[in-house]
Amino acid sequence: MAKVNVKVCLGTTCFVMGSSNLQELLDLVPKKYGEDVEVAGSPCLGLCSIDWEFSKAPYVKVNDEVIKEATVEKVLAAIDKELKA
Amino acid sequence: MAINTPNKQTSHIKREILARIIRAYLGDNFEEEVRMIPFEMRPKGSEVPYRCCIHKERAILRDRVIAGLGFDIEEVPDYEDLSSTAKKSTKREKPEEHPLTLLQTACNECVPARIHVTDLCQGCVARPCESACKFGAIKVENGKSRIDQTKCKSCGLCAQVCPFQAITKIIVPCENACPVGAIAKDEDGLTKIDHEKCISCGKCVSACPFGAVHKKSQIIDIIKNIKNGKKVIAMLAPAIMGQLPCTPAQLKQAILDIGFCDVVEVALGADITTKNEAAEFEERMEKGEEFMTTSCCAAYNELVEKHIPEIKPFRSDTKTPAYYTAELVKKEQPDALTVFFSPCVAKRREAMQNPNIDFVLSFEELGAWFVARNIQVANCEKSEFKKESSAQARNFAVTGGVADAVNSLLDENKKAKAHVINGLDKQAIRDLKKFAKNGKCELGNLIEVMACPGGCLGGSNTINSYRQALKQLSGYVENSPEIKEIIQ
Repeated sequence: MAKVNVKVCLGTTCFVMGSSNLQELLDLVPKKYGEDVEVAGSPCLGLCSIDWEFSKAPYVKVNDEVIKEATVEKVLAAIDKELKA
Repeated sequence: MAINTPNKQTSHIKREILARIIRAYLGDNFEEEVRMIPFEMRPKGSEVPYRCCIHKERAILRDRVIAGLGFDIEEVPDYEDLSSTAKKSTKREKPEEHPLTLLQTACNECVPARIHVTDLCQGCVARPCESACKFGAIKVENGKSRIDQTKCKSCGLCAQVCPFQAITKIIVPCENACPVGAIAKDEDGLTKIDHEKCISCGKCVSACPFGAVHKKSQIIDIIKNIKNGKKVIAMLAPAIMGQLPCTPAQLKQAILDIGFCDVVEVALGADITTKNEAAEFEERMEKGEEFMTTSCCAAYNELVEKHIPEIKPFRSDTKTPAYYTAELVKKEQPDALTVFFSPCVAKRREAMQNPNIDFVLSFEELGAWFVARNIQVANCEKSEFKKESSAQARNFAVTGGVADAVNSLLDENKKAKAHVINGLDKQAIRDLKKFAKNGKCELGNLIEVMACPGGCLGGSNTINSYRQALKQLSGYVENSPEIKEIIQ
């Protein structure tokens, strides 16, 4: 099975708009899913500057899916969905 | 007490508004763009995530913009167009005195605080609530306990003894968080801040789940001076080194990039504070004094002035790191303006009373500024600080850090026994009053007071979560020189 890939954007905009609170995912995800999911902080994914979409930050990518206004809960739900797919 | 768990949604809204105001001010059409902020954030047909209708959402956003522009929300007439308010903000000579303002339209009119018997009450035979109540305020009627609110003193004993946990205390979050009773609902149900009592600790800002307590921003005043070509110098409180995803040298460059002409660490002043405070402690102990308290937390200093004047003789006369830093900067560059970068609201009051500190910018506001300018701090070049500060000074932001710094300069046989007050709450204030009254403290002879749990890293205007911020700051501290190498 292919690994699920999670990228938490730690660019400045995402960080200020809330991804500082998503850093717990970096500890939480490996504990919860082990080898099946790969999670890492990422430099700016460039999503905030498309049409100045900073108000939808923080962004997280779970495989190809972009999660806007990401929260820990939203990201975990998206991972579960990918694992089932 | 929870450390620095910012309400994510309210912080998000406040920061978005700040970023929009800053971007508007840096553009060519400030007044009109400000007027449009509520409409851009809630355009026609958009979702109504929090309130009854889109009009109330916009009305609340409008009020938040007023605070972002630096005004008291209550004092701006409700018929005033935001573009006029924006214009006024650029004409203002001085920022407003009191840092906090209340947003009545966002205030939820929480139920007044009281003890409440829930449906879980079984009307039991033992009735411990009746016997526990010293005021005869609770009686079982028709198989259920009832509280006579005219007699109830809200002591909560009945709730403690109920075997079903059926009695609960309804709290108003801001009132409950305020350690000095400065915020309360009046007879008309309107929340008011009593500025005579308020110590600007910012606990109400963090506590309100509706984000109804705002700080009045000085961001327009600061950017205006930069735009006008003034020399503006940034003074960074030590807690900032844990706030953004970059190194201290990159952060310095990022701050130069947004228009500041120089950037200094307030840790410079913290080294002077440590030296003076250690000498003062030694002298006081030699004179036979029982204890001394620190004096670097602005909310604690305001608490002493307004509520515990009797502890003044025990408080160190040493000035704050911000004081010494600003003095150094103004001595070297008297024509420059100084901006203190702050993790909390309380420093606003300190700055107001110090002619060497012209403005205060919160970490949140700095973050919003970077967002508005689309600056990636992690991509910035490195710009090293001209003067080195010690590990101890850079660790002032962490609870226990000030006492540790003082101890690092004291001889082995003269070390202080530190008692750390990690967060000012009602109990801590009672303790401090007791120490002052008795003239001694059994728990130690150096009392470090930090209004925020965790120290400045737990301040109400911080960006990063406490644990991550601590990790980042500790990395910086570990690579800094010992204090004895810095001061002579």
